[in-house]
Formats: sequence, structure tokens, C-alpha cells
Amino acid sequence: MRKIRVRDITGNYLYVLPAVILFLTFHIYPFINVFRLSLFRWDGLSPVMQFVGLANFRDIFTASPEWWFSMWHAFYITMFTLIFQNGLALILALACDRAIRSANIYRIIFFIPPVLSGIVVGLIWQWIYDGNYGLLNYWLEKIGFGYLSRTWLEDPRTALTCVAIVHMWKGFGWGFIILLAGLQSIPRQLYEAARVDGAGAWDIFRKVTVPLMVPVFVLVIILTILNTMQIYDIILATSHGGPAGHTEVPITMILHSMRDYREFGYACAQGVVIGVMLLIVSFALIRVSKGVRQE
Amino acid sequence: MEKPVYYKTKKALANILTHSFLLIVAAACVLPLLWMVSSSLKTQATVFSDMSLIPKVFHWENYYVAWTKGGFDKYFFNSLSYTVVVVVGIVFITSLAAYGISRLKMPGKNIIFFLFLAAMMIPIPGGFIALYALLNKLGFLNPNTGYAFLDDLIRRLGYILPLVNQGLALGIYLLKISFDNMPSDLEDSASIDGCSKLGIYWHIALPLAKPAIAIVIIFNALNVWNEYILAMLILQDKSLMPLQRGLMVFQGAHITQYPLLMSGITIATIPIILVYVFMQRQIISGITAGMAR
Amino acid sequence: MKRFLILFLVVLLIGTYGCKGRLPLEDTSKRVVVWHWLTDRQDTFAELAKIYKEREGVDVVFELYAPSDIYYQKVRGAAYTKTLPDIYGILAEKKDFAVFVKTGHALNLSDYMNANEGEWRKSFFSRAVSVNEFSENNDFGVDPGVYGVPMDVMNIQILYNKDLFKKAGLDPERPPKTWDEFLQAGRKLKAAGITGLVSGWSEVWMIDCFASNYAYNIMGEAKYIDTIRGNVSYADPDWIKVFQLFKEMNDNHLLAKGIVSMINKYAEQMFANGKAALAFNGSWCVNVYHGMNPNLNYGVMLPPRASNKFPLMIWGGAGTSFMVNARSANKEEAVKFLRWITSKDQQAFLARETRNLPSNKKSLGDISELLAQFADDMDSTTHPNNLPLSEFPRVIEARDKGIQSIIIGEKSPEEVGLEVQAVKVREMKKAKARNSTH
Repeated sequence: MRKIRVRDITGNYLYVLPAVILFLTFHIYPFINVFRLSLFRWDGLSPVMQFVGLANFRDIFTASPEWWFSMWHAFYITMFTLIFQNGLALILALACDRAIRSANIYRIIFFIPPVLSGIVVGLIWQWIYDGNYGLLNYWLEKIGFGYLSRTWLEDPRTALTCVAIVHMWKGFGWGFIILLAGLQSIPRQLYEAARVDGAGAWDIFRKVTVPLMVPVFVLVIILTILNTMQIYDIILATSHGGPAGHTEVPITMILHSMRDYREFGYACAQGVVIGVMLLIVSFALIRVSKGVRQE
Repeated sequence: MEKPVYYKTKKALANILTHSFLLIVAAACVLPLLWMVSSSLKTQATVFSDMSLIPKVFHWENYYVAWTKGGFDKYFFNSLSYTVVVVVGIVFITSLAAYGISRLKMPGKNIIFFLFLAAMMIPIPGGFIALYALLNKLGFLNPNTGYAFLDDLIRRLGYILPLVNQGLALGIYLLKISFDNMPSDLEDSASIDGCSKLGIYWHIALPLAKPAIAIVIIFNALNVWNEYILAMLILQDKSLMPLQRGLMVFQGAHITQYPLLMSGITIATIPIILVYVFMQRQIISGITAGMAR
Repeated sequence: MKRFLILFLVVLLIGTYGCKGRLPLEDTSKRVVVWHWLTDRQDTFAELAKIYKEREGVDVVFELYAPSDIYYQKVRGAAYTKTLPDIYGILAEKKDFAVFVKTGHALNLSDYMNANEGEWRKSFFSRAVSVNEFSENNDFGVDPGVYGVPMDVMNIQILYNKDLFKKAGLDPERPPKTWDEFLQAGRKLKAAGITGLVSGWSEVWMIDCFASNYAYNIMGEAKYIDTIRGNVSYADPDWIKVFQLFKEMNDNHLLAKGIVSMINKYAEQMFANGKAALAFNGSWCVNVYHGMNPNLNYGVMLPPRASNKFPLMIWGGAGTSFMVNARSANKEEAVKFLRWITSKDQQAFLARETRNLPSNKKSLGDISELLAQFADDMDSTTHPNNLPLSEFPRVIEARDKGIQSIIIGEKSPEEVGLEVQAVKVREMKKAKARNSTH
């Protein structure tokens, strides 16, 4: 019996072998490199690197207010996205879950924004938000709210929210299909049973839908957080980190460190910092979700 | 039924609200696409001065020019094959791994899973240069086997493998959750019938995980199809480049030829929309198949 | 269904990999590979390469990698793995350039340049060469010499729309020459409801360009360099005066709304479509505007003087330069080709086809009148790469982001001066700490 067991188990490892090999080569190895590099000063070119120990990290935690501002910006966008993007995705998924005729078409249409290339997204939204000839200002004036018009991407008060809206617009399609898939895997009989028992729509939602959807919710939340905290291409395409740094986010800061200051080691240290933070947050979330599921 | 009329109007009202809301959101999604197509039919001089959605003159020739100037015929095949190979690769590698982690005895498997998860979270800045150096060391960048065919294959692998790797973490996570939900009595009855582990994997687990697999396919197909940074860095020869490289021809250092660029992007976007249309049906059919069980 | 899919896959794979049709590599000793990012010039380059092949029998292959940030990564990756091609552009600041030279990636071309009493060197605009040159006792620690060949030159000035000027009651043939005239023009434009100046000022280097022009004008080159050395503070009244200029432009409605969030391409669109009266842009814009609106009626003017103490220098010099890989096996052929492509006729051809300013002084004959207006001012140009040392990148960023804050009304010029100085002090401390452990 023992012998078969051992051979069995070794055979099992074969299942994960290809994934692990690829992963070790293309992920773990550069990963370790990032940790290693964060302890050096390097400009990305010279064959010589200077060991500085934890100096990069010290700089990040003591001498870089811009870095923490960028974290705050990313956090703001993430909260915004969690609430509005996923809220929207949920409402849409619920709406499409009912057996309405055109659900199929809506499913396709809602997936268009994620498919569009960053170039198109940047161009369109710049046109919408433009202070001089933009669509948003145009329509505001048309419906009489002209006093609200402004240069959306240049005003420090609105720039960040505007970027968040673009991100939300581009991303809700994903949340939508994942939530819809989750909703549609709930057996219809449960709904029938609840309705027969006299439960109203809100009760059904609370007692049937939500508990069964918790794992899907957790998945969507974690994915949203991970994705949004690492946002950068939308920023680059619309506000470019401006005005005066009001829409900088961690990844754009890392890009600055790499491209503009040519401090690779520092960039790696920044990567490590944000990575570790995300790690902690994700695991905390998974813990919490497990706790909720016990109930 | 106490108040039939009230109930009916309430339902009708709910329907109208639902539909109008859906329509508004749908419009917000479709307008950019329409703008993109309409711009592709204008000229460089009118693309920003003519604000109407329907161009005054339809310049269909833009598509022809974009196709030829962008060399799309060469690159289309490349994009297609990279996408297919990478996605198929990811589906199989992650499903095997997820199956192993989910349903097979493997001491330390949770650590492996943890590692994959962690990888999703930490961005690798400067990842490109490190990747480039790594591929160079491994010999993928300038192979010299003496056979042109083999050389090209190696170069393509140098592009394909990192892309496969990028899709592993999410795939394993999604599929593991799917497999976790698989009822074990199915598995037991199958093995009693004499089905091997691999057989269970192929005949039972995979079909049940169809929705998750569909999501993995769409996600990675989109990523690979739109990928261009890695392609530029790793692939030296024009004949190996994907579609996105063709687009770059329209983006000069100072001048962007917008109508041609938009035509190019439209051409490039259609296939991926088709893939999605096809896949999203799979999600639904996969789910209903699961229920009909 | 499944079988069909598998068949499809197999056919696809064979189709792509099978019909490769790549010719066997030719004799590499007669082959020079050039990497660049200039999309608009690829075709013209290819034509010239063809001509060269017929003349000399050497195959010159131009490989395009765009957009420029991808090119940047590619060159650096290749530099790191020592796989650079024979000729390539650097697209970098002096500091990077210095590292490339020190790690042996760029060939010292001084001998070639100075041969025959400097014949090659003298054919260029002097500024174009000095941008590629490291002087004696430079702060970068590089052996003095010329390490790059300029392909074209450019400079950055102000464009103005003659029709819109007329509409605002300004004389299209006499654009503003002093700062006060400039501000007054702004007021007149506002009164006529016309948008003022557009420029890609979300891109930090463009603001820097404008600011440094006036820094030279107000404090002179010597003090400017002294500031970089750390001997003059950014809170100095002269610097405050420079920052103040931006506030004045803003107060007089000279700047377009949203200028701080514009990328240059967008500013170019606006100007080309007649939506703005002024644009701060480089000589490459002639080509851009022509493509978008061939009927645009515009002229070129120097940024108006803010002070009479020192000359106003505009940013300019070599637009694009090519370097020769010092490790290349075909160095001689590469240099020979570069000589050929920078000679009078080839440069004239390039200038005509791509509407860029040639780097060869003698090739100016055939260019458009607008380009000629740019060319006339090549002598008043300077460029950060001309200086023997460069400012810390974080300080430059603080300076330019500070100016953005002034324009959006968030900070005052004095505040910005103090902030930038604080960053400067921090960077100098860091540099000292580093150098002491070296």
C-alpha cells in the first residue's frame, strides 16, 4: 500500500509541473531580482551597481511625500471603483439575469469598453473632458448647467474623479460578466421556493442571492482592488499624472523612477512596498470572507 | 391576487426603468465604438474638425490603405497563432495544475497555491528589461541552430512562454475554485467505474468548469491579442510580429495618422469581439448544462 | 466540433510556421542595421538605403520601433545585453548618453569629424554637433569627443495664426516682440473670444523648455549654470521672476484653458484646426500642421523678450542623432553610410520629403518658407545637452510641476521657488552621501 501511495503522490506533482516551471522561470526569478535590486542603486545601464542596503526603503518612508500621495490617489480610485463600478456591474447583472429578451445583446455591448484599445479610450475621454471644446461641457450648457463646466482634467478637485470614472467605464464589463455568471449559477428553484413562501424581491435578494454570491463577490472585490491599485495606462492616456501631480498613482511613480530619474533600485523598492501592501490586503480579505462564509 | 392592476403596472414600470437604464449604459458603451468607426472613414484634415458621427464622405479606402500600409496580412496570421497557442497553453496548464491542487493529494500544495496568488499582486517594475536579459541568457533572442525554421520557432517560443506565464495565476485561481465545487460523489462513481485521474479530469472536471474556462479564455485572448510591448522588445524580425505592430506605423513621433489608425484598430478589434461573442454563449451553455445535470 | 477545432489549430500552426520563406542571411560584412523610432521617415530612409546599395553595394536595413517609449526600452535592453545594432539613435539626455559612451556602446567619432580640417564637422550647424559632444572637463566623466551624428536639427519657437490675429485686431506681420506686447496680445485675444497659447504642458519637458528660455533671458547663461551647480538658490529673485512670468500669462488670459493637461499632439490639433491663436512648438510642427490643415495661415515668432539684460535663447540643436555601436563588426561601413546620408544632397532630400530641418547647413536651399523662418534662428539656440552638467531629474520635475501649480492657481511663484530649492537641497545631500561612499 505504501509504495503505491508514494508513486501516486509523485505522479500528482506532474499536474502542476508545467505551471511551476514556467512560473519559476518567468515570475519567481525576476521577482527575486526585484527584491535584490531594491537594495541597490542602479541606473539601468551601467554594469556597475551600488549596494545601499535599505536606503531606498528609508527614502520611500521618510523622504517621499509624493509617493504616499500617489498611494492615496490610487486608494481613492479603488474605493470609487469598488462602489460604483461593481455596484453598476451588479445592478446590470441583476437586470440581465431576469429572462429579458435582449439580455444577449446587452451582454455583448457591455463588454465593448474593455475590448477597446487604450488609445481609443484615451482619445474619446480626452475629447469628452476637454475644457474648451469638450462634449461634457457642451451638454452641460445645453441642459442649463453651464456654470458647472470647467477644465475637468486640469482642475485639481475633479481630475482624480474624472480618471476614476474612465477606469470604471472601462472595467465594469468584467465585473458584469463574472457577476452574471455567478448569478446564473444559482438554481432557479431556490427563487421559486422563496416566492412561494411569500418573500418579496428585497428579501429574496438578501436571503437567497447574497449568501450564495459571497465567493463571487470576494473574487470580484479582490480582482478590482488588485487591478485598480495598479492602474496606470488610463492615467497616462488622459491626465498624464497631472495637473501638477494630482493624479499620480504608484505605478506612474515607479515609471517616473525608472524613466525620468533613472533609479532602478528605487523603482524596485517602490514595487516591493506596494506589492507587500496589496498582499496583506488581499489575504486579510480572504480571511474575512472565510469568516463570513462560516456564518 | 389582491390588486392585479397595481401589480401589473408595477411590473411594467419596473421593466421600463430597467430597460431605460440598460439602454443608457449601453449607449455609453457603444458611442466610442461608433466614433472610432466614423473617424476611420474621415480624412486627417476632417477627423477632428468634422464633429458629426456620420462622416460627410465615406472614405472606405482607409481600410484598404491601413491593411496594406500596416502590413496586416503578414501580421494577422501571427496574432492569430500567438493568441491561439498561448490561450490553449494556458487553459491546459492551469486546468491541470488547478485540478492537481484541488483534488489530488499533494503535500505542500497550499504553499504552491499561495505563491501563485502572491504573484498576482506584486507588480514587477522594469520587468521588461529583466525579461529581455533572461530570454537573452536562455538563448531565445538570437538562436542559431542552422535551420531557419527552428530558429523562428525558438524566437516565437521566447514570446509565447512569458505570455503563457502571465495568465497562470488568475487561471489557477479561478479553476481551483471551480474544481473545489465539484461534488465528490461524481468523482467517486467515476473512479469506481474504472476512470483514471486523467480521465476524471478530462471527462468530468473540465466540462463542469466551462464558465471559468470561458472567462480564462476571454481574458487571456484579449491580453495576447492587444499585446505589443513585449512583441516589440523580444521579436526582432518583422515577419514574427503581431497585428499591433502594424498599428504603430500610424503613430509617428510627432504625427499620428488618425483615420488610418482608427481603421487599423477597427480591423484589429473585430476578431476579439467575435471571440467574446462566441465565448459568452459558452458561459451560459456551460451553466445551463451544469444545471440540467 | 472538437475535431474541427483541432484540425483548424493544426492548419493554423503549420500555416504560420511552415511558410516562413525567410531568405538565408546574407553576408553580414556588407550589412548595416539601423534602429530608429521615426515613423514618418521610415519610407524616406528606405529609399535612401536603396540608392546607397546601388552605389556602394552595402545593404543598409532600417528597422523601426515605435512609439518612442518602446524604442527607449528596446535600446536599453539591447545595451544591457550588448546586442545593439550597428547604428542606432539614443533618445536620451546627456547623462544617459554619457553612460552609453562609458560602457562602450558609442564610438568616438572625433577623428572622423576632425579629419580634413574638420570637413565633416563643419558641414553641420555647430549646435547640432555640440549636442553630441562631450567637452573637456565635462562633469560626466566621459572622454571628450563627438559621439553622435546629427540627422536633422530643430528648434522650438512660438507659432501664431495670422487670421486669428487679424480678427483680434493684431497685426499679423508684426507679432509681439516684448513681454508687455505679448501680454497685451493676450488681452486682445480674450476680448475677441479667441483662445491663446496651446502647448503640450502636461509633458514636463515642454514647460521646462519655455521656462529655461526665459531663465537665460532674465539671468543669463552663467547664473543658470551656477544654479545647477547649486551655488544659486531657486528662491533667488531672478528665478521668482521666471516663475512669475507664468502667472502673468495666466492672469492675462494668454494661456488656453487646460494647457496643463494637454499633450503636445493635442495642442497641435488645436492649433492646426484654428482653435488657438498661438502655439509653442518645434520645427517638426510644419509637417504636422500641413497634414491636418494645409491651408493654415500662420507664422513663426521668437518668444518675446522679458528682459533686455541677456539674450533670449531658444531650445534647439540636433533633433535626432545616430550613434555608431563601438562593438559593431561593421564600424567603418556604418560611419561611411552616416557620412553619406548627412551630405548635402541626401539631407536636402530628407528635408524635402519629411519637412524637417536638415542638419547640413548647405541643404537649406529647397525648404519651405515656414521652415526657413525656423532655420534662421538656429544661432540663438541652446539645449540642456549642450551644458557641461545637468540638473537632478527630480529638481527639474519639481520645477515644472511647480509651474503647473502656478498656472492652475494653486501656488504662488515664491512658494514654488522655495519648494524647488528644498528638493534641490535634498538631492544634493543624497548625492554627497553617495559620492562619499564611492
